[in-house]
Amino acid sequence: MPMKYIEEYRDAELTRKLLDDLAATITRPWTLMEVCGGQTHSIIKSGLDRMLPPQINLIHGPGCPVCVTPLELVDKAIALASRPDVIFTSYGDMLRVPGSERDLFSAKAAGGDVRIVYSPLDALEIAKNNPDRTVVFFAIGFETTAPANAMAVVQAKAQNIKNFAVLVSHVTVPAAIKALMDSPDMQVDGFLAAGHVCTVMGYWEYEPLAEKYKIPIVVTGFEPIDLLNGILRAVQELEAGRSGVTNAYARAVSHDGNKPAQAIIQRVFEMTDRAWRGIGVIPMSGYRLREEFAPFDAEKRFPEIGSIETHESPLCISGLVLQGRKKPVECPAFGKECTPQTPLGATMVSSEGACAAYYNYGRYEKVNHD
Amino acid sequence: MCLGIPGKVIELYETNGMKMAKIDFGGVVKEACMEYLPEVKIGDYTIIHVGFGLSILDEKEAFETMELLKQVDAMGEEE
Repeated sequence: MPMKYIEEYRDAELTRKLLDDLAATITRPWTLMEVCGGQTHSIIKSGLDRMLPPQINLIHGPGCPVCVTPLELVDKAIALASRPDVIFTSYGDMLRVPGSERDLFSAKAAGGDVRIVYSPLDALEIAKNNPDRTVVFFAIGFETTAPANAMAVVQAKAQNIKNFAVLVSHVTVPAAIKALMDSPDMQVDGFLAAGHVCTVMGYWEYEPLAEKYKIPIVVTGFEPIDLLNGILRAVQELEAGRSGVTNAYARAVSHDGNKPAQAIIQRVFEMTDRAWRGIGVIPMSGYRLREEFAPFDAEKRFPEIGSIETHESPLCISGLVLQGRKKPVECPAFGKECTPQTPLGATMVSSEGACAAYYNYGRYEKVNHD
Repeated sequence: MCLGIPGKVIELYETNGMKMAKIDFGGVVKEACMEYLPEVKIGDYTIIHVGFGLSILDEKEAFETMELLKQVDAMGEEE
């Protein structure tokens, strides 16, 4: 059965036509960053990176939630998962992410009760069924997972499920765009904004950024036609010397976003400084639980995990990859010491990490864009 | 994690006071929470993230985008 809203956005003929139109529009080199790692994977998997006019340099952004979750919190997750009184629940992508010493899979192999859940509500069910142990959910992600993670906390409170807690590592896209644009020698001409983050938040937050930095920001979807449309719209803006926000994903995204979802984020979380793995602390770039929900904060419930000494692999350049400063193939360890089976950094693990995309779809050589 | 997939709402009901739905993803049926889509109806297509519906796909906008893309292309061919 053809899948509505998917098949027609993978049409080969329309892809070719859009590529022709792009070639007819572009007159000079432009560097565009797709913020979202899901888009990176779609671009590489569909081969769009090899079909685009050579003047377009697509660089990959920090929008991989698993990749930017700070090492300290991964280590805390592993410490919690190793406790006999804890059932540790997580989105599956997180399990192979390397901590300082090991990953969550190793903690599981060593006897920790680590369970993959599809939704945070599943973690809540596990808590109901195991009242004698604390169920900790690793609440990571951008604005897309925030409404789900917030709902789990609201429901735990409403249903009086006391043996449930969350280890929060939430980050936001506008803060990342701002940090990238403010960093010296950053060469990005325009952004493809993450379409699914915008289903929640809308795109009003990007308007002041586009104005401040005089750049086009194009809200973009995930299928090949969506991505080409986003790139085309960005190039049209750049060639015309325009900045501002354009919505190239109007079937899913509205200007204001999902108001009930924004309201619950506001209710449960407040803005805070967050450390991004490989990038460092970005001021007011993420969420933490509000005081009202402090009883569900795993870091407060288990204060003994507070001080953990961390160390990164000295070979891994994932921080530079996440900032779009290096392509995965420019890393000396890529495909050698570092593979999805033996990852040195989170970007080689995640289904949204740029290194994993390059490795899995055979981008082993550097492409020259000069 | 941000790769939401579009699916069709085939059943609506309530669990623990939350609005829930059965969603058909081209033959695979999963449960999702519809608390953030109070206006959702059976037959709507929604994008689901980690078990939550976050957006109802707008058929009119989808049609208009497609028409526009085909048009852009037609202009390209004329040149």
